[in-house]
Amino acid sequence: MSDTGPGRAPDVALVLVTHSATLARGCAEVAEQMAPDVRILAVGGNPDGGIGTDTEAVRAALVQVIAEGLGAVVLTDLGSAVMAAELAVELLAPEAAARVRVVDGPFVEGAVAAAVAAQIGAALDEVAEVARGLAAVAPPPDGPANPPPDGPAVHSAAVTLRNPLGLHARPAAVLARMVAGFDAEVRVNGVNAASMLELMKLGASGGRELTVTATGPAAEQAVGAVVAAISAGFGEA
Amino acid sequence: MTVVLDVDWAIAWVRLTAVEVAARRDELVELDRQIGDGDHGENLDRGFRAVVARLDALEEPPTTVGEVLRLVATTVMSTVGGAAGALYGTAYLSASRVTAVPVLDSSGTVGLLEAALDGVVRRGKARVGEKTMVDAWSPAVEAARRAAGRAGLRPAELLVVAAEAAEAGAVATDPLMATKGRASYLGERSRGHRDPGAVSSALIVRAAASAAGVG
Repeated sequence: MSDTGPGRAPDVALVLVTHSATLARGCAEVAEQMAPDVRILAVGGNPDGGIGTDTEAVRAALVQVIAEGLGAVVLTDLGSAVMAAELAVELLAPEAAARVRVVDGPFVEGAVAAAVAAQIGAALDEVAEVARGLAAVAPPPDGPANPPPDGPAVHSAAVTLRNPLGLHARPAAVLARMVAGFDAEVRVNGVNAASMLELMKLGASGGRELTVTATGPAAEQAVGAVVAAISAGFGEA
Repeated sequence: MTVVLDVDWAIAWVRLTAVEVAARRDELVELDRQIGDGDHGENLDRGFRAVVARLDALEEPPTTVGEVLRLVATTVMSTVGGAAGALYGTAYLSASRVTAVPVLDSSGTVGLLEAALDGVVRRGKARVGEKTMVDAWSPAVEAARRAAGRAGLRPAELLVVAAEAAEAGAVATDPLMATKGRASYLGERSRGHRDPGAVSSALIVRAAASAAGVG
């Protein structure tokens, strides 16, 4: 991940392809609210404005964002929108097609998570992974996973959320990405801390005490890093 | 009369497809109403009308079969809509890539059919027996390949063999249970109905043969 300093615009755009123009626009609005600097194009409906998909419109949107120097992650609502998106990519020149990822994942959640990842400076494949990966994130089991009897110890610490807005999208993305860098399984209040979405679902607001637990070779370091980030208020406090 | 499979044949094929789709529009609508969302006939009709309009508006006549097929691809993908638009768009696009020649010989004819099948499979990820377009295109390709190995058959005659196989393949979708596409939502209830995509695929292959004056 590259650090987005002030003034540096995200270099991954999202193209939302749906059967309804309203659906694409509405999802873009939600994602834009969480990631105001990310370019998000909504391509919904058939050419007559009815329900359907328009491959040519998808192709045109991709050409546009690529001409702006961006990579594009395409998210779709239903099966035939995936087909339209894949065909649109097939129509691009190879060097342009290389800068597009079509993702078949959860539409709204994937778009929001991908937008936030792009906002914080994730590269094309990382944004695609975020959009796609959520589909594979299973709901956490009840409470922290039990370590094997002879496995490494569980490291644990309590920490209070300092920033007023708590674990909203950006801090959740920061934590999820941080956790992914450690060889450890980390949980915050029982949910998988590698999943931005699971962290957001905690609905943890400022002032709340969180329990961070981790197992694995780097468990201690992971807990330390997560506690430090939360204690620092994600730079928002 | 048997014509060579040249650019004029390709244009005639496309125009004949449009005529046939319009003539069988209601039949396709009815088939799709039974196991889909009922818009296959209407969508294809709209798409091929647009193809004909674009052919009529061409200022420079196409010089290769592939140019004609590419025009079909780019038109149907934005006018047919839905899965059928993407599937046929990919099929024609794939076929256009292997037909950048003024005239098709036997292997070129088989190559066109193979490329169309490849496109449908690549986009839809369906296999034979899943009650889709593949069940018409796949036997058409196999029959054309076998026929091409026999001496004395001309390219146009390969299309007749392919059309017969495609039509038989479409009929053979009747008892199948759909496991891909919209019809798969119906599960067992999809049995006993003919797949509209297989029917329109067979129509397209038949039109190719008819346009060559042999089918």
